[in-house]
Amino acid sequence: MLIAKNISSYYGNIQALDNISIEVNKGEIVSIIGSNGAGKSTLLMTLCGIVPAKTGSIIFNDTEISTLPTHEIIRMGVSQSPEGRRIFPKLTVYENLLIGDPLKREKDINLEFIFEIFPRLKERINQRGGTLSGGEQQMLSIGRALVSQPSLLLLDEPSLGLAPIIVKQIFETIKRINKENDTTILLVEQNAFGALKLSDRGYVLVNGKVTISGESKQLLENPEIKKAYLEGV
Amino acid sequence: MSSKKNFSLIIKDLIFTGLIATVLLIPIVGFRTEISTVDSTGLTFNYNFIIAFFVVAFVVGVRFLFHIYWFSKIQKKPQENSEKNKKKFLKKLNFYLGAAAAVIAFTLPFMPFANRYIVDVATLVLTYVMLGWGLNIVVGLAGLLDLGYVAFFAVGAYSYALLATTFDLSFWICLPLAGILAAFTGILLGFPVLRLRGDYLAIVTLGFGEIIRLILLNWYEFTGGPDGISRIPRPSFFGFPFARKSEDTTFHELFGLEYSTMHRIIFLYYLILILALITNFFTMKIRNLPVGRAWEALREDETACRAIGINPTNTKLTAFAIGAMFGGFAGSFFATRQGFVSPESFTFIESAIILAIVVLGGMGSQIGVVIASILLIGSTELFRELEQFRMLAFGLAMIIIMIVKPRGLLANREPSILLNKKNE
Repeated sequence: MLIAKNISSYYGNIQALDNISIEVNKGEIVSIIGSNGAGKSTLLMTLCGIVPAKTGSIIFNDTEISTLPTHEIIRMGVSQSPEGRRIFPKLTVYENLLIGDPLKREKDINLEFIFEIFPRLKERINQRGGTLSGGEQQMLSIGRALVSQPSLLLLDEPSLGLAPIIVKQIFETIKRINKENDTTILLVEQNAFGALKLSDRGYVLVNGKVTISGESKQLLENPEIKKAYLEGV
Repeated sequence: MSSKKNFSLIIKDLIFTGLIATVLLIPIVGFRTEISTVDSTGLTFNYNFIIAFFVVAFVVGVRFLFHIYWFSKIQKKPQENSEKNKKKFLKKLNFYLGAAAAVIAFTLPFMPFANRYIVDVATLVLTYVMLGWGLNIVVGLAGLLDLGYVAFFAVGAYSYALLATTFDLSFWICLPLAGILAAFTGILLGFPVLRLRGDYLAIVTLGFGEIIRLILLNWYEFTGGPDGISRIPRPSFFGFPFARKSEDTTFHELFGLEYSTMHRIIFLYYLILILALITNFFTMKIRNLPVGRAWEALREDETACRAIGINPTNTKLTAFAIGAMFGGFAGSFFATRQGFVSPESFTFIESAIILAIVVLGGMGSQIGVVIASILLIGSTELFRELEQFRMLAFGLAMIIIMIVKPRGLLANREPSILLNKKNE
């Protein structure tokens, strides 16, 4: 579904991604784990064109997307819940969700599935986004990304700053979205243990390079990963 | 709180009120200088303590009535619902304010007190209301701080003036053309500033406003330079001119009225009223459409917008173009009303006033713009006799509003779209 080959990207002169190749197949949950500054978020931003890829190719459903502007990539069926949630604090939950599909009129937007997986959003529908709790904002951010009914959902650190029990709920919901809505998911996480347990496959990112990749189960057993990311979790 | 204690509190408050009123009113009402008829010093001092006493008594009485009907109710209000009640109250207030404003606006020219001066001032206020609503699209909805909005007003005015004087086109053809030209100018400004935000954007728009003014001033062959363009045709009532005598049927002949110069004044008033209402209606509608939603999202967080798939380029350009278009409409109205345009009418201070109207009214609030226009434009007209102190009063008013209501007069931005019960 998504094949990225040898991509590198830069912030000015600083190289953030170094020759990265990843692949996401239809129906999978793939996680990308790594510590702070490893380039996880940059990778997601590069995939959807916010940060341009200087070299390499990104192919989504047989189309080269590395040269397309972000909004066109997203209209092809990719959607992102950005790092730090980035909801619109002064708009209501409902308005936030409607913006999720910037091309459709209000009456053409179907929010049923989102309300089904996040009943809390329905309760808070006319409340301003900024008045929600952290977990609710994360739900809103994921919900907003789902409105355009993407075939590939990119999630950037959905567990950021949330209590462990809420993280667990969010992870369960991600699994539900994958199963029930038939959405392929690429998950970027610092919470390596949770992400690997949830996903089918994983990539480990260190300093802008993929160091280890494979089945999530194997990665969980890998002594190096255990030492670097899983100890104490 | 026991009623006895309450009562003594009220008495204390009334005595205090009386004292303040006395201190204030004795010099204001009680003393009076008059031209003397007795001696040659010229002025005498008269005392009017009885009137002062009555005014003080009146103030205390009103305060007492307040205690009975107003303050007591506030105290009785249950606490837990106050937030919800407040919201409901504000919503109602907004609605009634809007309705009352519309009724007053439509009946104003036929009020007994409406003379030429009042209708003229009202027309001026409405011009600013329209400009405020137009700028509200750019600043209030899309969050793009524009310090050069008057440029679009100028483009509209000059487009109308040039089209009408050179090609002899009627007002109703020139109006949309002026709007389109202004919108085009908006896009022209939009392109170079797409990457800029906040302060930087403000500086560039400020420069843009000055550039347009300088072009108008220096391109003598085209715009007439500092002489401006005069003899701009007045609007006709759909082809029937407002004149005492004309080759065509005139307006007063059409309706069998006595000729009066007021006809045209009142017609202009209704013209700007309807133009302004169209602006308002358009803004309210577009907020519910995808592009309006995108504007509001862009104001909040541009990066998030891109992640969602909003095209920030198009979104910003449409905001600039549509805001500019309404500025252009207002400009062509201005030109036809004045009959004369010159670069002097389009200085930076105009941009600043329009922006002040939007900010003081509460960004994104439509009715707030109306109130702020009445306050700023109406009050400067009112204080016309103070001359150079006018700007001082203007500045003071702005400072006071910003201290008391830092987010604008009506800062409660109503959500544009609510999920109705029927959808649930």
